[in-house]
Amino acid sequence: MPEVILENISKSYQDGKVKAVKNVSFSVEKGELFGLIGPDGAGKTSLFRVLTTLLTPDSGIATVFGCDVVKDYKSIRQHVGYMPGKFSLYQDLTVEENLNFFATVFGTTIQENYDLIKDIYVQLEPFKNRRAGKLSGGMKQKLALCCALIHRPKILFLDEPTTGVDTVSRKEFWEMLQRLKKQEITILVSTPYMDEATLCERIALIQEGEIMSINTPQGIIEEYPKKLFSIKSSNMIQLLDDLRKYDSIDSCNAFGEYHHISFKSENTELAKSELTTYLKRDRDYKDLVINDINPTIEDCFINLMN
Amino acid sequence: MTAEKVISTDRLTKKFGDFVAADEISFDVYKGEIFGFLGANGAGKTTAIRMLCGLSTPSYGEATIAGFDIYKETEKIKKNIGYMSQKFSLYEDLTVLENIKFFGGIYGLSDKELKSKSNQLIETLGMSVEAKKLVGSLPLGWKQKLAFSVAIIHDPKIVFLDEPTGGVDPVTRRQFWDLIYKASSQGITIFVTTHYMDEAEYCHRISMMVDGKIKALDTPTNLKDQYHANSMDDVFYELARGAKRKAD
Repeated sequence: MPEVILENISKSYQDGKVKAVKNVSFSVEKGELFGLIGPDGAGKTSLFRVLTTLLTPDSGIATVFGCDVVKDYKSIRQHVGYMPGKFSLYQDLTVEENLNFFATVFGTTIQENYDLIKDIYVQLEPFKNRRAGKLSGGMKQKLALCCALIHRPKILFLDEPTTGVDTVSRKEFWEMLQRLKKQEITILVSTPYMDEATLCERIALIQEGEIMSINTPQGIIEEYPKKLFSIKSSNMIQLLDDLRKYDSIDSCNAFGEYHHISFKSENTELAKSELTTYLKRDRDYKDLVINDINPTIEDCFINLMN
Repeated sequence: MTAEKVISTDRLTKKFGDFVAADEISFDVYKGEIFGFLGANGAGKTTAIRMLCGLSTPSYGEATIAGFDIYKETEKIKKNIGYMSQKFSLYEDLTVLENIKFFGGIYGLSDKELKSKSNQLIETLGMSVEAKKLVGSLPLGWKQKLAFSVAIIHDPKIVFLDEPTGGVDPVTRRQFWDLIYKASSQGITIFVTTHYMDEAEYCHRISMMVDGKIKALDTPTNLKDQYHANSMDDVFYELARGAKRKAD
């Protein structure tokens, strides 16, 4: 039986005016690293709050290791670790005091579960007497993770742990998650960064309260319906405009150094050569580069949104 | 892009006690340029931006912003720049129209200008149906587009954007950049911070701040060449991983 099960969960706010989650169903297997990928307002936090028993759903059933989120909330709370998106530790307690506090609340000690947090906590130890409110973003995030782990939970719920954190800290954080996975902790993590999706075993792409697709990252990429190309020139802004106006282009999106394009026609080789001719001859592009590429998760997300 | 400098700093420094938050930073930004101001958490970006906006007095060093002196003419600087961040942009409990009028008023537009600018802005954004709705009820993407338009309602020389697209969906994020390109082509200088490295590629030039200093400044292409990197993400990682301050 899956560790987390959601069946047709819905949640609305302001007397039904704001529908945050609409009929969401999915499940997470024991020991899995599962990602909820979507922008702000997609419903990620509402789902986390339902699963951590902080919010009751309007309809639907959800269970966490077999316990119902409404009826058995007490047993769920003892065995889940939750790191909310907003920093929620005590700012005026020190690093060590925060950790001690959370250990005590769950009837345990830092010593008892130290092996689980050791890798992360050693980086915090030089600052153990510093107040949590005075830590940098990356350090706050590490402390919050330690506090969510200190009672050795069966499942870890991490709501946007890497939002607002720079690339270096983000990489480190995902490395920590891969190590925790080896300890057989089930991890449900949300993120608005599409590039982090490939670090999960399975992902759900979520937008406006609805799941658009659930699969392995590779599976989602394979579901992409079109052949995709990348294109660049020295004038990328002009190129974007010209591509959008060109009739046989199906989709065209800026992706950093390149634009990603797909064609309406099935015969992509022909369409590609026609486009190249048009851009070079009629629009005077001299330094055009077009490559065949595999879609990224962000390409898939954009495609599903349209 | 012309060679007119709209930001010019020379050894600009801000100390808090012994701590040097911004350490002798010198750079120029030109009219109409999209300038990416990147750095690790704690590198000193916010301190630098606060000085450039005339909100914080430097410890030493020189700078002119939109032609005005950073020590003596901070009020003139404020009139000639726009500012928007992810955290604070618009008042949620005012309507779209009220927000436009409020910020337009703050930026010193006359009643007549306000009226024509509001109509124009609402039409360009396609928000005539939403004009009298509370901003709090709008989707995040719309809010950010509106906030940007409001930040340039007074035709500033420079607009400072502090992580304007954080958490925004991938389609809206790209629409937001269309607005940036448009403003840039109209001659407004864009000074932008972001955690999305694909967006770093959209900038004309990038500066990378590490431990209070500007460690690199060039076009995305040249930076990738210089650091033998395939992407801006790799350049950033290469520069920022040696940072000492990240632990603080």
